[in-house]
Amino acid sequence: MNAAEAPVVTEPRLPPVTEIGMGSLALIVAGGIYLAAHLPRHVPLAPAVVLLALSAALLSANLFALSQVRGFHWQRLFEVARWALLAYAITAGLIEYAFVRDHLSGGALVVLTLSIVVYAVHVPMLIAFTVARYDTAGPTEG
Amino acid sequence: MSGVSVTAGPAPVNEAGNAPPARLDFEIVPRRGLIGVAVVFTALIVAVAVNALWPLMFLHVAFGAAWTIIDLFLGFVLGPILGRLSIPARIELTTKLMPKMVLIMPTIVTVALVAGWQLGDKTGTVLTSYPEHGWVVASFIVVGVMGVIALGLLEPANIAVLTELKKPRPRPEVIERLMKRFIYSAGVTGAMQIATLVIMTKLASS
Repeated sequence: MNAAEAPVVTEPRLPPVTEIGMGSLALIVAGGIYLAAHLPRHVPLAPAVVLLALSAALLSANLFALSQVRGFHWQRLFEVARWALLAYAITAGLIEYAFVRDHLSGGALVVLTLSIVVYAVHVPMLIAFTVARYDTAGPTEG
Repeated sequence: MSGVSVTAGPAPVNEAGNAPPARLDFEIVPRRGLIGVAVVFTALIVAVAVNALWPLMFLHVAFGAAWTIIDLFLGFVLGPILGRLSIPARIELTTKLMPKMVLIMPTIVTVALVAGWQLGDKTGTVLTSYPEHGWVVASFIVVGVMGVIALGLLEPANIAVLTELKKPRPRPEVIERLMKRFIYSAGVTGAMQIATLVIMTKLASS
């Protein structure tokens, strides 16, 4: 059988979780670069705050959209998500440690810390979603 | 870059080509490898706490080089080869390589970035007063793009393909789709790593 004859993966319609997740990550990365590129100068936090708020909004929208999918394999999603959360909490902690060690403080520290929180939640969600969507007992409709 | 052309059937076939193999026995996250990860992260914490030049330079250069080389190798050497292997060979390579990548890539990326940031703070290269500041900001952007691709596409595809292979009857069409995503993403990050090499050699020689 060649590739042209191969059956395709048929799935019910799912929200664009991966695409939205990557958009959310891109926004916090942009905010982080904006702040890091101006050190040690004091820069207006507003652009970084807006980028963080948009990123958090995309995270919320992603969670909401996924919660509306009927019959999704939630057990598999949570099973994967909890271990991924643990792993990414550790890497997030290391990044935060470097910021605090460098005496970063005030608004910039708050924005970067919240950005790291979005990262530490959204990446495990993307991993868990990608695993659970292909589970044989996965969604029946969406 | 060559695409992946896993043909579909009810389950991966064995060398004889006509029967599903026994359930694959491998760990998605190799538990013994976690000891190595813990050792590396401990070294990173100590290096940041001590804030001495050599440990930070060592961790940033060693792990940054590993990140670049692995991305280039996966994207331009192993990826195309993987796409042309027979299905049993591809499955065998995947089940041996990918669990290691689950631990290796997040570890080297975290160490390279944290040590690099601390090093830049100590030497002043991340400050706006640094003469080559524009190149440093360019490196932030390149790393940011690679990070989004790695976190949003590569890592989820890596975990998902291993989870699929652990099932009693893994679906080749799912593995094909995920491996395509993995290999194309690795190709893009490999290309971005060339930009990293240009920037880092420019900074080192200035």
